[in-house]
Amino acid sequence: MQEAWEGFKEGIWTGEVDVRDFIQKNYTPYEGDESFLAGPTERTKELWGEVLDLLLKEREQGGVLDMDTKTVTGIVSHPAGYIDNAHREKETIVGLQTDKPLKRALHVNGGIRIACQAASQHGYKVDESVVERYTFERKTHNAGVFDVYTPEMRACRSAHIITGLPDGYGRGRIIGDYRRVALYGVDYLIKDKEAQKASTPTVMTADNIRDREELQEQIRALGELKMMAETYGFDISNPATNTQEAIQWMYFAYLAAVKEQNGAAMSIGRTSTFIDIYAERDLANGTFTEEQIQEFVDHFIMKLRMVKFARTPEYQALFTGDPQWVTESIGGMGVDGRTLVTKMSYRYLHTLENMGTSPEPNMTILWSTRLPENFKKFCAKTSVASSSIQYENDDLMRVYHGDDYGIACCVSSMRIGKEMQFFGARANLAKCLLYALNGGVDEVSKKQVGPKYRAVEGDTLDYDDVVAKYNDMMKWLAGVYVNSLNIIHYMHDKYCYERIQMALHDKHVHRWFATGIAGLSVVADSLSAIKYAKVHPVRDENGIIVDFETEGEFPKYGNDDDRVDQIAHDVVHQFMEYIRMNDTYRNSVPTTSVLTITSNVVYGKKTGSTPDGRKAGQPFAPGANPMHKRDSHGAIASLSSVSKLPFRDAQDGISNTFSIIPSALGKEDQVFFGDIDLDQLGE
Amino acid sequence: MAEMTLEGVDARPEDSAFALGRVHSIETMGTVDGPGIRFVVFVQGCPMRCAYCHNPDTWSVHGGTMVTVEHLMDEFQSNHEFYRSGGITVSGGEPLLQPEFLADLFRAMHNNPDGRVHTCLDSCGYAFDPNHPEKFDAVLNETDMVLLDIKHADPVEHKKLTGCDPARILAFGDELARRKIKVVIRHVVVPGITDTVEECEALGRLIAPWHNVVGLEMLPYHTMGVVKYEQLGIPYKLEGVPQMDTARMPELRNAVMTGMKKRRTELKNAIG
Repeated sequence: MQEAWEGFKEGIWTGEVDVRDFIQKNYTPYEGDESFLAGPTERTKELWGEVLDLLLKEREQGGVLDMDTKTVTGIVSHPAGYIDNAHREKETIVGLQTDKPLKRALHVNGGIRIACQAASQHGYKVDESVVERYTFERKTHNAGVFDVYTPEMRACRSAHIITGLPDGYGRGRIIGDYRRVALYGVDYLIKDKEAQKASTPTVMTADNIRDREELQEQIRALGELKMMAETYGFDISNPATNTQEAIQWMYFAYLAAVKEQNGAAMSIGRTSTFIDIYAERDLANGTFTEEQIQEFVDHFIMKLRMVKFARTPEYQALFTGDPQWVTESIGGMGVDGRTLVTKMSYRYLHTLENMGTSPEPNMTILWSTRLPENFKKFCAKTSVASSSIQYENDDLMRVYHGDDYGIACCVSSMRIGKEMQFFGARANLAKCLLYALNGGVDEVSKKQVGPKYRAVEGDTLDYDDVVAKYNDMMKWLAGVYVNSLNIIHYMHDKYCYERIQMALHDKHVHRWFATGIAGLSVVADSLSAIKYAKVHPVRDENGIIVDFETEGEFPKYGNDDDRVDQIAHDVVHQFMEYIRMNDTYRNSVPTTSVLTITSNVVYGKKTGSTPDGRKAGQPFAPGANPMHKRDSHGAIASLSSVSKLPFRDAQDGISNTFSIIPSALGKEDQVFFGDIDLDQLGE
Repeated sequence: MAEMTLEGVDARPEDSAFALGRVHSIETMGTVDGPGIRFVVFVQGCPMRCAYCHNPDTWSVHGGTMVTVEHLMDEFQSNHEFYRSGGITVSGGEPLLQPEFLADLFRAMHNNPDGRVHTCLDSCGYAFDPNHPEKFDAVLNETDMVLLDIKHADPVEHKKLTGCDPARILAFGDELARRKIKVVIRHVVVPGITDTVEECEALGRLIAPWHNVVGLEMLPYHTMGVVKYEQLGIPYKLEGVPQMDTARMPELRNAVMTGMKKRRTELKNAIG
């Protein structure tokens, strides 16, 4: 056994790359409370103060502090960068995306036009030579996609029935197993990849050629990762030997990923319990104190808070703000029944107190009813204080992904290092319903975008007729949608391949083909209105339905009423069935999501009036949420409606945005007498 | 005084073992009406006309929807997982106007096949009839906790504030004490009406004999209900009264506790 692994229990992991096995053999579940935690060190306070100053300056300058316009980013594109160049020793975990803090890198492989827009929006101009090179000499992902798109695909795109496609930006949603670098060191991983390459078939089919080329790119990226670490004075050829190194090695791997890719979500994985194994060993050996370990964690999280990308205003409108989705998944239960909560789970969350609240990294609790009570309480407490914790249902996802999965972006679950996703934005199913009613004519542009099927006739919409037409239109939409995505992912692999992230995956990767749905509650309520009330279409002078008049009451999604909840369920299932009828790129497995957390506003803006009473331009509800103010039975009924959606069809995630004022969650003041024995009152 | 009978309620339809009830609305995630997360049934109809009532839409004994116990059981059952550490609360309106319906509902909850469900009654007590306590036998046999509103410690002020005499309410409190049903006393604190240390102490003295009181909830007056009065076209009696300053609540809660303590000491000495 390697010296770096001394004290660790051997297992399958010692002979091959298997981080989960390492964790299972070595981790220490923690059921205690938070009293062991250490506050921020002076250094942490100083450093974080400096970062806050920079963030403030960034805001004052309209959102961007500095931007690189000359050097195309890559793993080794920039010299080492520090928060405080004059006092480098303050940072116990080092590494920045460029040579300066918050300076945004120039990512061009996704598309040069978009890179130029992102720069010009913030008053910068991409260097002419770079523009020329990436226009005439080196093709980009974006250029590749548009070479192949059909006119129909372009029409769907501009009509916004398919929106947010990653055809001009990095698709993201891939989580490298950054822990591997810490556990094995880069040399071991290179050897492993070389063996994988040597084991490919010798008959050179197109697939095999691509596999071999990608493996070589992965090996090259791992080499660059080592070089990048060297610029910071670290040799990461070998495994990390203590907590600080483990965090540093892991962070370098993640840093390489964000230097190479400007993905729609660059999540970090599920690292806390892994790191805790090192911390437990160091605490037992007296290598580090609790305070030191918390400092490493604070500095690591501080770095994650500083991850930034240059993005266009359209992108930021779609995602409302400047999110990176540096999601870290914390907690959950193991398949053997032990909790995966460790002291490190507490330390990660504790950064929200040590350095104040922050939306990034997106700390996500994998929630199980069986989590230790102390941890539940600590999460609740930290949630109340920071409003910065996301919760996801581990009991649901563990069934599908085991106990070493992580969340990419906001809800996409994938086994770390074993599964990846082809991110596919979403189809606007509310608009699709209007296409069904109007025979493929777009209700906003009045152009024939969809196939010229027969439009509905008469003064009152007939449920069976509408459903039949809607199914036909969904089938068409699924076809155009999947095929657009096939082009996108082919080109992304070709021109914007995630070298380092895929280097930190197994050879055989399970690929999810992620699609998405927008406007589900609008569709459910619309179909319910057509079924249970009387909906009269209002047509314009050309006979195109532009509005609706509804007579009578109808059940609304969000009230735990099966009559309409079943409709929502069936729409998701039916759409997925149509998606599955199409071939998907690289034998990926299709799935879908219902999770427009912020873009629901934009989708609504581009969609005409709908039969549920929603007027043209009004926002959709986010994700799988019921429409605003239509749930009248309280939160549990509302959540129950959402929970009836079929997860096996929407495995990429179902989101429900839930806001509540604190006082609605219970009494803030004391009600019960508790310890005071009232009968003693009279004495 | 407003009507004390509710049209159609407590009748048992031929095809059902349960009485019918008149219900205003349902809240599936009640977190402020009893312990834990609760399924809250707001019933229709109330005999009192409290000046600060924030649910005037539940006053009328004619409104609401007639529902069956089975229907409520179904709604509860579909989400019963959520209520494991909570239960069911019936609020209103005044639940005691529908005692048979209530008894059937609570009994069904106690006999729930998935385990006994904690039952809680949020009541003003005014519908209780001290001359015929037997009418409430069935419901109180199935009641685990009562949230009892005492609007004002002084009978005259009570009448002014609510339109009703407090005698029945206190009789109800005595009955609950006799039955040893756990009670949480609720008291709405309104600036200029119930926000004095004297009034709060007096309240404490009033409830001191009830050893079944397990909690005390001081509710600061708020004006969120005003908009409903506008919608219903009912004049709002507390026009111009500001929201209660929540900072004073601990002080006033202490005043009630002090009143309780003093009175209990007196009672003890009297016996001794």
